[in-house]
Amino acid sequence: MIADDIRQAIVDILSDITPDDDLTELKEDVAFAEQLDLDSMDFLDIVMELRKRYRIQIPEEDYPKLASMKSTVEYLEPVMKEL
Amino acid sequence: MYDTVIIGAGMSGLAAGIRLAHFEQRVCILERHNVIGGLNSFYRQGGRNYDVGLHAVTNFTPKGTKRGPLARLLRQLRLGWDELGLIPQVGSEVAFPGVRLKFSNDLELLTSEINRHFPRQKDNFQRLLSQVVDYDQLGAAGSDRSARAVVGGFIDDPLLVDMLFCPLLYYGSAREHDMDFNQFSIMFRAIFMEGLARPLAGVRLILKKLVSKFKALGGELRLRTGVNRIAVKEGAVEKVVLDNGTELETRRVLSSAGWRETMRLCDGDDQPAEQPAGKLSFIETISVLDTEPRAMGHKQTIVFFNDSEKFHYEKPDALTDLRSGVICSPNNFVYDQPLAEGVMRTTALANFDRWAELDEESYRLEKLRWYDRVVASAVRFVPDFRSAVIETDMFTPTTIRRFTGHEDGAIYGAPKKRYDGRTHLDNLFICGTDQGMVGIIGAIVSGITIANQHLLKA
Repeated sequence: MIADDIRQAIVDILSDITPDDDLTELKEDVAFAEQLDLDSMDFLDIVMELRKRYRIQIPEEDYPKLASMKSTVEYLEPVMKEL
Repeated sequence: MYDTVIIGAGMSGLAAGIRLAHFEQRVCILERHNVIGGLNSFYRQGGRNYDVGLHAVTNFTPKGTKRGPLARLLRQLRLGWDELGLIPQVGSEVAFPGVRLKFSNDLELLTSEINRHFPRQKDNFQRLLSQVVDYDQLGAAGSDRSARAVVGGFIDDPLLVDMLFCPLLYYGSAREHDMDFNQFSIMFRAIFMEGLARPLAGVRLILKKLVSKFKALGGELRLRTGVNRIAVKEGAVEKVVLDNGTELETRRVLSSAGWRETMRLCDGDDQPAEQPAGKLSFIETISVLDTEPRAMGHKQTIVFFNDSEKFHYEKPDALTDLRSGVICSPNNFVYDQPLAEGVMRTTALANFDRWAELDEESYRLEKLRWYDRVVASAVRFVPDFRSAVIETDMFTPTTIRRFTGHEDGAIYGAPKKRYDGRTHLDNLFICGTDQGMVGIIGAIVSGITIANQHLLKA
């Protein structure tokens, strides 16, 4: 997957978690927590959805890298390259 | 082999089931009853739909709210806000001798009522508000203090203290007279700071939503399937044995049957010391009217009443305690279409043992007798609706026992809550009433929380 596909994958996951939110205005480098008011339970869900959908394991110490769209895509690009 | 077997298809078990099935576990929910819902079930009788327990869904927050249990459970269960069909209350009241406090889903109303009726407590109430524990802080040091002691430290008018406790005790306390400050904070937020709502179609709408979601994710639900025992081997659940003798192999068990009820299912003699059962049970009269309650001048959604100098939240000696109660009109929510008929429900404290010892004939007679008494007690606080009654029904402590399996018809379970959901067995966990959160939203959050903490870890 390339960066755009990964971005779309994350948007799909987020829109499943918060179906009432408008994600078209999502800013690249502002934390999800700030924009969408996500809590720690929701973060865990992003990780678990990635595991469920793409069979990728994200170690706990890397969770902070999923803070914003920009950092998430950067982190996932090498991991999801072959998918 | 299942990943998780869940005992009980109430709100908490169904919510946990959805979480686990969503993340690809093989899950089976076992329900002894022939309907789902447990304490919050529903039935049809004489061509009418009834809810078993529901007066109102607490913890209501408007669409778009990001914080709080309702918002959290919607995200966790992948539900849109509209899907639960929650319609806010019109407004409620706490009615004590000589004073009535109105409250709504806007804390401002309660605050202004307190300022008006208890001007000396104005600042004290603000200080209390600042102490109410946030959901994230539950279980923090000191939050298991007596709520009466904490609240009494801020508010020095015993009448106001009783009036604040009355709705919170009635809607969620498994303890007589008091609750721990954790529980007080949960209930205070749920009722006074968030608010009350109800789906037009009642609780069945929420249950059906949960069940269809669970099944669509591949979850298995077995009705009329009681658990006979939980077989234990080397400190862990080995398998679940059903009443019909079938044995289910599973990695983990999540029980919403109650703490004591679950312990009793477990084989072996290494169980923790016995904990006291809950004592508090209710009777409820349901009156179907040929008119809308508001046509008779009754506009409130819920009226919590008490006729005595002090409010007694305790197991009565008599079959039922007529001094206090809760009157709910399911019509008085701001629906955009009216309910088919008017309904008034009145709840009062009752004694399980006294109801359970009656033979069939006396039980029928006492039901009739106490229906009249409870309704007569209620109409001291709301317009007399008795001439409009066209159908009645009623539940007693033994009905609660039948629907929930809770020992002694203890509506809110045992007094001691298990916030961490753990038991003496590595792979057995509890959720629901005895885990600590009550009400429909609380129960759903309980199932989600315990599933996340203990059952979704790889």
